[in-house]
Amino acid sequence: MFKKFQPSTDISGQTSVKSSIQRSLRANLLSQWNINPETLEEIWPKKESITLVKCRDHISIYALHGEPLFLQHFDDPLIPTLRLLHKYPFVLPKVGVDRGAIRFLLAGAPMMCPGLTSKGGYLPPAEQDIPAGKAVAIFAEGKEHAAGIGITKVSTEDMKKINKDVGVDTVLYLGDDLWAIQEI
Amino acid sequence: MASTSEETSVAIQPTPPAQVRYCEVCSFPLEYCEFGSSLTKCKEALQKDDPELYDHYYSEEALQAKLGTLSLDAQAKLEKETAKKEAKAVAKADAALKKKMVSQVTIKRIERNKRKHVTSVHGLETFGVDLKKAAKQFAQKFATGASVTKNTQGQDEIVVQGDVSAEIVEMIEEGQGVLKGIPRDNIVEVEDKKKKGGD
Ligand SMILES: [Zn+2]
Repeated sequence: MFKKFQPSTDISGQTSVKSSIQRSLRANLLSQWNINPETLEEIWPKKESITLVKCRDHISIYALHGEPLFLQHFDDPLIPTLRLLHKYPFVLPKVGVDRGAIRFLLAGAPMMCPGLTSKGGYLPPAEQDIPAGKAVAIFAEGKEHAAGIGITKVSTEDMKKINKDVGVDTVLYLGDDLWAIQEI
Repeated sequence: MASTSEETSVAIQPTPPAQVRYCEVCSFPLEYCEFGSSLTKCKEALQKDDPELYDHYYSEEALQAKLGTLSLDAQAKLEKETAKKEAKAVAKADAALKKKMVSQVTIKRIERNKRKHVTSVHGLETFGVDLKKAAKQFAQKFATGASVTKNTQGQDEIVVQGDVSAEIVEMIEEGQGVLKGIPRDNIVEVEDKKKKGGD
């Protein structure tokens, strides 16, 4: 989504967000992410109002004091920026790719099932199945921090069963053009 | 990280953010430098900065452990890939530098009518200057209008109201605000006078 992103041409404008919308955003964050209200308050204090940065292709980036915090494409799940995820890695469920897949991930490619189901990969156990269409943190074999964030294309149990084609669509990754934007 | 039993008695505490150390050179978390395009420089910087941490990532044992489930063949391929990427990045940086050395920032004083002038500034972007930010800086400095517009060739330039060319040259020379890294020799001042029929 941010393989090629140029603020000067891909951002159409910045606006403040109505307080009713801010409230529903906050509620959505609490329901979609694994985060308690106290921690969310640290990231985005209630008294601070967030800025909506409108971008091309219906991408909305939400920023606080110029720092991008999370984003959304249409009505897709809310995605933290990779830097925010590094600070609070527990907010999204986790999948892992093997070492061989890392360079593809950092080139923006979608993550194929075999890279997730192989010995170096990681998918949660059956009782913690992640359904399709959910935001996930993409970790990598032998690395401590997430290398990307994606949205599951099929459930993690289906990834194990089918074990071919795309398992996770890549949304953000280390080194994409949003990674370079620390202030917006 | 340390678990306490406090949370049962008092209000729930927010979880503090994890501190991730990012590479000064490539901006990735240190463990991902090997996938960037500047590994040699990343390693040099870390070795100077924090030898202990350097050993943590690049000692013989660390390199062995890192292999994980990747076959030696695949690892060799990866290293080749990284070297290729690095060479490409170096070539790109060289080309950019060469381009910079011959690029010019043109500051033009344009006569609008007898008393009014505007000043156009062209070519800042080649030196990595954000034009919008630079325009804002000019507007604030001179308390006047400044905007990014396209010139007749379709290139971006900044147009500042008023004759402020000398001041802008000075700002660039001093490297004020966002106007950093432009050598004096690359600044060209020109004047665009309206042609007048006779005196
Ligand atoms: Zn690095």
